[in-house]
Amino acid sequence: MDDIVQLENVAEAQARMLPPIAILAELTHRCPLQCPYCSNPLELERANAELPTADWIRAMNEAVDIGVLQIHFSGGEPTARKDLEELVRHAAGIGLYTNLITSGVLLDEDKLQRLFDAGLDHVQLSIQDADAANADRIGNIKDGHRRKLSVARAIRKVGLPLTMNAVVHRQNLHNLAGLIDLAVELEAARLEVAHVQYYGWALKNRASLMPTLEQLQDATATVEAARERLKGVLTIDYVVPDYYARRPKKCMDGWGRRFFNISPAGKVLPCHAAESITGLQFESIRDYSLAWIWENSPALNLYRGTDWMPPLCKTCDQREIDLGGCRCQAFALTGNAAETDPACQKSPVHDIIFDIAVTDSATGAPDYIYRRLGGA
Amino acid sequence: MAERYIVGEESRPCLPRHVKLRHDKTRDAWILLAPERVLVPDETAIEIVRSCDGVKTIAVIVDDLAERYAADREVIGTDVKAMLQDLADKGFLINGAD
Ligand code: SF4
Ligand code: SF4
Repeated sequence: MDDIVQLENVAEAQARMLPPIAILAELTHRCPLQCPYCSNPLELERANAELPTADWIRAMNEAVDIGVLQIHFSGGEPTARKDLEELVRHAAGIGLYTNLITSGVLLDEDKLQRLFDAGLDHVQLSIQDADAANADRIGNIKDGHRRKLSVARAIRKVGLPLTMNAVVHRQNLHNLAGLIDLAVELEAARLEVAHVQYYGWALKNRASLMPTLEQLQDATATVEAARERLKGVLTIDYVVPDYYARRPKKCMDGWGRRFFNISPAGKVLPCHAAESITGLQFESIRDYSLAWIWENSPALNLYRGTDWMPPLCKTCDQREIDLGGCRCQAFALTGNAAETDPACQKSPVHDIIFDIAVTDSATGAPDYIYRRLGGA
Repeated sequence: MAERYIVGEESRPCLPRHVKLRHDKTRDAWILLAPERVLVPDETAIEIVRSCDGVKTIAVIVDDLAERYAADREVIGTDVKAMLQDLADKGFLINGAD
């Protein structure tokens, strides 16, 4: 369908400062699970620092005014918020497309029916592994996997479309085929197979999680074969691991370009990991309007476009294509967020990260450092 | 297990609840909202999607387009089915009879 293009191609021509498409609303950092690759920051927000309902409602209204089309309710575990149903109803009422990103363990059919009635459009459910015991060990939760399966069935029963999200790593990649079968069995229309991205908690657990090169190659082949076999039944999105890549990803489609994240305390971030870059100050919707922050936040403007780039990127013909890769990864691996993403083979430290991957992936299976308050 | 939805002459496609066609003020454009995706179809594609009401068959939709654009029915039919099949394979189209 060549004539149906991604939004960006159209909008690109229209303006330099593009209107944002989607918000990731991180309602809370509370979560019954403790996944060692959690994308939340090491410094988790406590419940008493969370934005009240009224602030979220105001933020959603302002978001629509600046062009936002979709809202992803996320966390932590967003269903830990008592006002989720109210927030979904408000979002749907002002025309936002609503998605719930959840671990599922706090949900049941009755709650799902109420979210459906409130106007929820879609659910994305995380599954830690196809093997129940290993899944529960990864999430450090008792009886989590079985509950997730029954929630997945309830999601379909009330008539909500389901995306299954599987974060993959060295300790569950052997079950990738099983994860794909599970997605089909649970009637998910989409499956996201996302290799761990290493900042925050995942960086702490890198030696436990890094896949071997052989596992990565097998995984890619498994996904490609399944895509062919399941065409029209299951769409599989596949995110490859940067440490074995040659080219960086256009992370978040560009810093402060199409998406933003609101943290539980109200900070507006270019992505969920941006607080891992120490020294950046992010404004809060408690203090400024969203429109003002989107246009004027010094932190959002810092890595917008190509002006900030190091000479290596600035003179490279790929600069508009990948925008220099991921700032959080550059910071995690070089200590400088304004460096070329080391996932790029032109980066002077590219070989080093390949070596890290090879070494880490041969480390046996050290215990996870679980994600929890004070756990880092 | 779900089955692939094949778009043929007798299909009566429509958008499922979770795919929304909307006019967006900010961008002054028609857009299709779907899980994790925002599509901006061109004018013809919008017209085709809007005619998918779950009642009209593809045969009727194509006849109508061929007449209005005084174009070759076969060519239009192939294009329309290819476009809608692509939407169906992404999970963005269902049969109205279902
Ligand atoms: S990744 Fe795991 S611990 Fe982190 S929010 Fe999701 S379910 Fe909770
Ligand atoms: S040098 Fe910079 S712009 Fe060029 S490919 Fe690498 S990351 Fe992208």
